Amino acid sequence: MDRIVHHPILGSMSPTRERVRFTFNGQELSGLQGEPIAAALLASGIRTLRKHEESGTVRGLYCGIGHCMECRLIVNGEGPVRSCLTPLAEGMRITEGPQLPNEITGRRLPP
Amino acid sequence: MKRGGFDLLIVGAGPAGLSAAAEAAAQGLGILVIDEFPEPGGRMLGQFHEEKGKWWVGRRAAEQLIATCRKLGVEIRSGVSVYGMQRVDSHWVVRTSCGPLTAHSVLLATGAAEIPQPCPGWTLPGVMSIGAAQVMANVHYVKPGHRGLLIGVNPLALAIARELAVSGVTIAGIVLPGPGPLTGKEAGPKENMERLMRLSHMAPSPLLRMGGRAAFALGMSGLVARFFPKRGVKIWDIPLKLRTAALSINGANRAESVTLADINGRGELISGSEREEAVDFVALAGGLYPLAELASIAGCPFVYAKELGGHLPLHNEKMQTPVEGLYVAGNITGIEGAQVAMAQGQLAGVSVCADAGVLGERREAKLTAAMEHVRRVRAGALIQFHPDIPEARSRLYQMRESWSVN
Repeated sequence: MDRIVHHPILGSMSPTRERVRFTFNGQELSGLQGEPIAAALLASGIRTLRKHEESGTVRGLYCGIGHCMECRLIVNGEGPVRSCLTPLAEGMRITEGPQLPNEITGRRLPP
Repeated sequence: MKRGGFDLLIVGAGPAGLSAAAEAAAQGLGILVIDEFPEPGGRMLGQFHEEKGKWWVGRRAAEQLIATCRKLGVEIRSGVSVYGMQRVDSHWVVRTSCGPLTAHSVLLATGAAEIPQPCPGWTLPGVMSIGAAQVMANVHYVKPGHRGLLIGVNPLALAIARELAVSGVTIAGIVLPGPGPLTGKEAGPKENMERLMRLSHMAPSPLLRMGGRAAFALGMSGLVARFFPKRGVKIWDIPLKLRTAALSINGANRAESVTLADINGRGELISGSEREEAVDFVALAGGLYPLAELASIAGCPFVYAKELGGHLPLHNEKMQTPVEGLYVAGNITGIEGAQVAMAQGQLAGVSVCADAGVLGERREAKLTAAMEHVRRVRAGALIQFHPDIPEARSRLYQMRESWSVN
């Protein structure tokens, strides 16, 4: 998606941020240092952040401010973290989380 | 950090929290403000609107507040989440993602959250809450999409629709949620028209401008809704379609279109009118409710006030809750605009100082002035989220009085 380089009312983004490289599910991408991971992914045209742990249906950014947990991702093997609140840094390896078993419904992980 | 913790810990670095911090720090209290967003300012960071021909820019207001706070020695920590709090002896222990923090008093200025508005297809990537579209465009400077549809008509939706249009995002239209068990009264054109009347002084459209609160009182909204043109009207060049409802959001792995249909003046679907509108994002606007879980954890009793957005922690006009050392300010006390939140924050700051005994003989005069300031700002607020807020507030404050008697 397009970045807003100069906003007619708000002006330019401040402070100017450095461009950093990161990977998402192995794909090499770049974004701005310190912007939320979800914003960097959206700016790279990526809307699907993860698959639902149970149903496997695709999910993306929903609330953008840390309330809904829909944007949860794994960063450098740690997490899940809310990608809408987690600042991007150089070299981050970002992946979607694994499918999870569900003891209540009896659903097991695929072999 | 002082020995034994802070005098005041504020949860939420938005308009209410920062205003309270500035007020109380000016009286010498040691203050920490924490917020889980990566930068301070709260939702004010993404807000801007035209007021008497000039743009009010929330980010500028936030920057001024932050600068004032820093000058007064307020510590602000961003990216810190709170997940628990407990009164231990005469202070609070607050559990955070950076470990426990202690403070004599706590002010909850956690703001609001969006009411989910489910419809078929709402989990598709590209479907987001209206607030997410606002934050992406106005705070992070990334467009939520090229062409979007807004589902839900309320003051927040209209304000953000205009912000997005100003940012160069095409808004295909603002439509009503489809009739269903979850939409209830929201779906009718009449109810939506009534809500819009409260924004009339913001809108350049003569249809809305001529209405205003007077027309609302005269019941004109019913008339307007019945004759509301099917093709909609334009406000700020955005098609507002009160006779159109969104039935589903469609797409294989992302939102690609929305199925729309016409509705009559009573909110009933007109069969055979279904068609698809191609979009690459959809924003759902279900309205706001007070984000108050921490007050519940702290043991604060709750009350329900429809006019204020739902369940909220019981408090009095001085922003004190019945729980010792616990204060509230901003949207956690009811849904209103940023200017009201700032005034409430200032009042909460005065209240904390009064209870800490640092105001001396200025105590009563300062409290009275701060309460009067809140009432004045509320009466002049540009965005009226509900017409009966002052009445709901006096009812609430009376409940607080009788609660303490029992």
